[in-house]
Amino acid sequence: MSEPWMPKPLQSFQGAVMVARHAPVGMITLRGDLDAAEMAAAVKGAVGLAMPAQRRIRSGKRGAVAWMSPDELLLFMDHDRAPVAVDRLDKALAGGHHLAVDVSDARALFTLAGHGVREVIAKGSPADMAPDALPVGEFRRSRIGQVAAAWWLSDAQTLHLVCFRSVGDYMFDWLCVAAARDGLPGFLAV
Amino acid sequence: MLILHCPYCGIHADETELAPGGEAHIRRAGPGSDDTEFENYMFARKNPKGVHFERWRHVHGCGKWFHAARATDTLEVFGTYPAQTTEPPEEILAHIRKRRPDWKGFQG
Amino acid sequence: MSTRHPALGRLIDRSAPLEFTFNGARLRGFAGDTLASALLANGQMLLGRSYKYHRPRGPVAAGPEEPNALVGLGTGAGFEPNQRATTTELFAGLTASSQNHWPSLEFDIGAVNQALTAFFPAGFYYKTFMFPRAAWEKLFEPVIRRAAGLGRPPRQSDPDDYEHFHIHVDVLVVGGGVSGLTAALAAGSTGARVLLIEQTAHWGGRAPVDDAEIDGQPAEGWISAALKELAQMENVTLRTRMMGAGVYDHGYALAYERLTDHAPDMPGPRHRLWRIRAGRIINAAGAIERPLPFAGNDIPGVMLAGAVRDYLLNWGVSIGDRTVIVTNNDDAYRTAIALHDAGLIVPAIIDARTDADSPLIAAARERGIRVERGRAIARVDGGKRVRGVTLCLHAGEGAPLGHIPCDAVAMSGGWSPVVHLWSHCGGKLRWDAEQALFRPDPARPPLGADGSGFVISAGTANGHLDTASALDDAFDAGRRAALELGHKDKGKGGKAPTAAPEEHAPVQPVWMMPQGAGAHLQEKAFLDYQNDVKVSDVRLAAQEGYESVEHTKRYTTLGMASDQGKLSNINGLAVLADSLGREIPQVGTTTFRPPWQPISFGAIAGMNRGPLFQPLRKTPIHDWLAENGAHWEPVGGWRRPYCLRRAGESVEQAVTREILNTRRNVGLLDASTLGKIIVKGRDAARFMDMLYTNMMSTLKVGRCRYGLMCNENGFLFDDGVVVRLSDDTFLCHTTSGGADHVHAWMEEWLQTEWWDWQVFVANVTEQFGQIAVVGPNARKLLADMGTDLDLSAEALPFMGWAEGNIAGIPARIYRISFSGELSFEVAMPASRALEFWRAALEAGKSHGVQPYGTEALHVMRAEKGFIMVGDETDGTVIPQDLNLGWAVSRKKPDFLGKRGMERPHMQSDDRKQLVGLLTENPDDVLPTGAHAVEGGRRENGMENMIGHVTSSYFSPTLGHSIAMALIRGGNRRMGDTLTFPLEGGRVIRARVVEPVFYDKEGERQNV
Repeated sequence: MSEPWMPKPLQSFQGAVMVARHAPVGMITLRGDLDAAEMAAAVKGAVGLAMPAQRRIRSGKRGAVAWMSPDELLLFMDHDRAPVAVDRLDKALAGGHHLAVDVSDARALFTLAGHGVREVIAKGSPADMAPDALPVGEFRRSRIGQVAAAWWLSDAQTLHLVCFRSVGDYMFDWLCVAAARDGLPGFLAV
Repeated sequence: MLILHCPYCGIHADETELAPGGEAHIRRAGPGSDDTEFENYMFARKNPKGVHFERWRHVHGCGKWFHAARATDTLEVFGTYPAQTTEPPEEILAHIRKRRPDWKGFQG
Repeated sequence: MSTRHPALGRLIDRSAPLEFTFNGARLRGFAGDTLASALLANGQMLLGRSYKYHRPRGPVAAGPEEPNALVGLGTGAGFEPNQRATTTELFAGLTASSQNHWPSLEFDIGAVNQALTAFFPAGFYYKTFMFPRAAWEKLFEPVIRRAAGLGRPPRQSDPDDYEHFHIHVDVLVVGGGVSGLTAALAAGSTGARVLLIEQTAHWGGRAPVDDAEIDGQPAEGWISAALKELAQMENVTLRTRMMGAGVYDHGYALAYERLTDHAPDMPGPRHRLWRIRAGRIINAAGAIERPLPFAGNDIPGVMLAGAVRDYLLNWGVSIGDRTVIVTNNDDAYRTAIALHDAGLIVPAIIDARTDADSPLIAAARERGIRVERGRAIARVDGGKRVRGVTLCLHAGEGAPLGHIPCDAVAMSGGWSPVVHLWSHCGGKLRWDAEQALFRPDPARPPLGADGSGFVISAGTANGHLDTASALDDAFDAGRRAALELGHKDKGKGGKAPTAAPEEHAPVQPVWMMPQGAGAHLQEKAFLDYQNDVKVSDVRLAAQEGYESVEHTKRYTTLGMASDQGKLSNINGLAVLADSLGREIPQVGTTTFRPPWQPISFGAIAGMNRGPLFQPLRKTPIHDWLAENGAHWEPVGGWRRPYCLRRAGESVEQAVTREILNTRRNVGLLDASTLGKIIVKGRDAARFMDMLYTNMMSTLKVGRCRYGLMCNENGFLFDDGVVVRLSDDTFLCHTTSGGADHVHAWMEEWLQTEWWDWQVFVANVTEQFGQIAVVGPNARKLLADMGTDLDLSAEALPFMGWAEGNIAGIPARIYRISFSGELSFEVAMPASRALEFWRAALEAGKSHGVQPYGTEALHVMRAEKGFIMVGDETDGTVIPQDLNLGWAVSRKKPDFLGKRGMERPHMQSDDRKQLVGLLTENPDDVLPTGAHAVEGGRRENGMENMIGHVTSSYFSPTLGHSIAMALIRGGNRRMGDTLTFPLEGGRVIRARVVEPVFYDKEGERQNV
């Protein structure tokens, strides 16, 4: 259900869809020239993946890399690996203008699974959650309820969501209420 | 409840995903500027009924600032463009002239 | 008396009886009934009392336009006032009660207002305000408050669930009548994503009760075929019990779905507010019938002709045995025919028109129904129920021509298209004189982002009152909507459904009946039922000089009740136009504002209630603090402990203990909320010099520096300690509430002004836990935790920092102090902060460690005279005002705020400057915000104020109160005594001193 690099859930809730909160994951904010060959090589070295296209996420066994903005990526990996990976990125990109920072402990990660994952998010976000607007592998930054969040689907019924760690409890509570049984509008096709 | 296209990430963003930043193309007046220049920089803002150039930040999104050319009376959006410029791009100006033949043109 | 008809009722299921109660009486209805139809079927015509005169009122309509039939629904926490009986679906066990009467519905003391009608004219409340103020406060307000309002609000919290739902569609069709169905078919056939919504539980709208024939079959057959066809379209969604509430900019629409109101035991949310982005919105909301203004038109039993027909055909309810029809148009003849064919008596059709003739009129005559042409109702006789009508000439003044006994009156003043959704976002109307109605002007639609119209009105809502042209119009609307969005005609469902054209006699506008009615009749002719506004009130407003329809509305309260004038607005503005001698289009309509019908507060709040009301930000130590006596205070979205109370301790005692212990031993503070922003790049130092008022480029790696940030006005907005991590990397600490703002401020300058500078910033506030170890024993505590760092004053001096391991946890340690004590702020990965916290408490046991909260922090910083952004600053304070001129560089050619500070007023000696205060009585603690006064009184009688207290505490360290204040020319006033008058005549006097109260030389922190 979850991506191969994701740790087991810390807590979960089964409603109309399943909501799980993961143990901390390694995350690195990487800023720089995304068109540079050095950047592509550094990303490949860190997570073994090629550069994602605009608004896309690539995921593999060792981690994932998401497009955040024209000069920013978010890298996912094992929690333990993040500090070392930051050092390696700094070395690989030395001399060029870049910033690599460990944000593992500044984020919370969730997985939602079930037919209604798109509808759960649509209860709180103005983003278009229809499958043609948000295909699998698209990384969408927006807001949920009153907080910033980003999410993507790894398959038609599995959605992963990242938000700030300080509002992780709020987000879990919010997702559980939104995912309550008998609460799905039944509008968005899977 | 506007929708503006973010030229950086390509999202047609809902107004609640954006933060407004007031008039665009204001020139900073730092030390050495005279009182009039400084007053204009700090306080003088256009309030047209019609074509207006504005700054917006895609705050619940890619985080980038961009500019929007918009009609304040009808809320028509003539176009959005990256913020790293001191004046609107020609294709936006051409589009505005087409939609508003009476428009007096961009005054920086 | 109203009663259930033995046979009719297309919407009710007679095999499914339901019990419900009204004012405690157990009554029976059927599945499919509305509360209004079920009450009427039980003979309950009297449903409430009007707002101002407490006149007895019964339903006048059968739908959402109903002004009278408002009841309280439910009991206890589930109670809701002011619910429309006409839009409330009946369910088993429904409990309803009438409102706005005392002591009972049948006998109401407030009805005495009726006798005082002359004393409650238009503008009564405004005129009352003219009385002396004392009379208003003591006399009128209490009386009016008791009498005002309709239902009472529930007292308990709402037990139901609500939610929002955001969707994006190509075409939203509002209204599930035959026009809406047709538009959805046309749009859906192109492949466009279509959502069709209907506010009731039923499709088809009025077509079945109007006996329409479509594509050669009765309306009901066509409707079910259309629904079948729509259900097969994957791109089309149909929802009932969902009301199009409002239309907003750029194709935004709100729709209100009532999921369980008709079945309270059903699980799931009660209401759902749909937030819809649509490319095109088709308004197919139909039309509303207008009442006719004649004397006694509000007596229970007088009802809209269309509603009488609805009750009979939809719910099998006859409103009376003998129903007089009064009309100015053909449609009411349908009601006459339906009543007659159902075996009920129609004593007469009173038609204001003198020469109308049409197939419908002929059909009524063929049935032997008496048609009185050119006649009007002079007045309705009756009190709590119609007893008869007095006939007169419509063209005259109301001289009686005869009396017709009856127990119901069905009136029709013509139909008005529902233009609300067209108008909400700026769509304009035009007056159609031929049909006597306002209709959407297709040349002036509300405009969307691309500059083209995004609302299309369709069918009856577009002014096409006959079925044939409504269907044509709706088909065109649906097709156009899809094509304008780039969808292609696929040739499926390629033509509009057809209906036989109808021949109508033209409507004759009637705004007062009879035309020449005098004042005594106008005073009994109601325009707005709920607010008791009569024809005479609008005429009086016009006489008193009110010319604008918006002003007249507010003066008379016409259209301001919870039905928002759905029945009264057109009649009211026509009366105003007539009174002013103007044409109706010159007067115009009032503004149509959302929502089209009231929606629940629950739906507006959605999930944002209880624990989800507001996101609560938590530090990694939050839960530990919660379990250990935290007395919380909100700080920028976080909760920080004001203090940590021990058993039996008061808040004040806890604060005092925490301060003294920190000064004597060692304290621990969770400072994780402090903002932390990384600034990195070739131009980072240059950027830092622009952001901060002081020089940051000269800061050496390994050192910290306190810095100030100002906006371009020169006003201080954030402060904090800057750390130089490496040549090209800085770490900026910000205030707890300021991190996001400062980060956004940096991004703004980098993206929009200095975009060629090589600087990246990242907000890493939440990556780290930050724990301050503060007090004389701080060094010993850290050493006992076990560390590879040399913490000696020589190796790690004040304002230095180092990186290493403490208790096996990777940490950065900053020697900075906000308390004046020996202090180490330790940052570690947030995931290990709690581990560090526990280890510090353990290691500190022998050193007397105690955690402390924000109040102790505040008192200790005030003892040292350190400022707090938000206390000592208010958005108009420059650093120099706070004696922080030393932190404003004179060398730098530029920084944000430099030019602003150069303005003459910023240089003045007479600005408010930060001083310390010592009260004459050392136990007196000045209230924060207290004003210092001096030099008599100003013109307005207030004392001349020269400044205010910004921070004030009792210092347990010093044993007396301390305060800081911003005082005009404060630096010149050292040693002066200032006067602070407080509430209740009390005055505190305080001496101006330097604002550093404790350890002026800084010896304690520098060890």
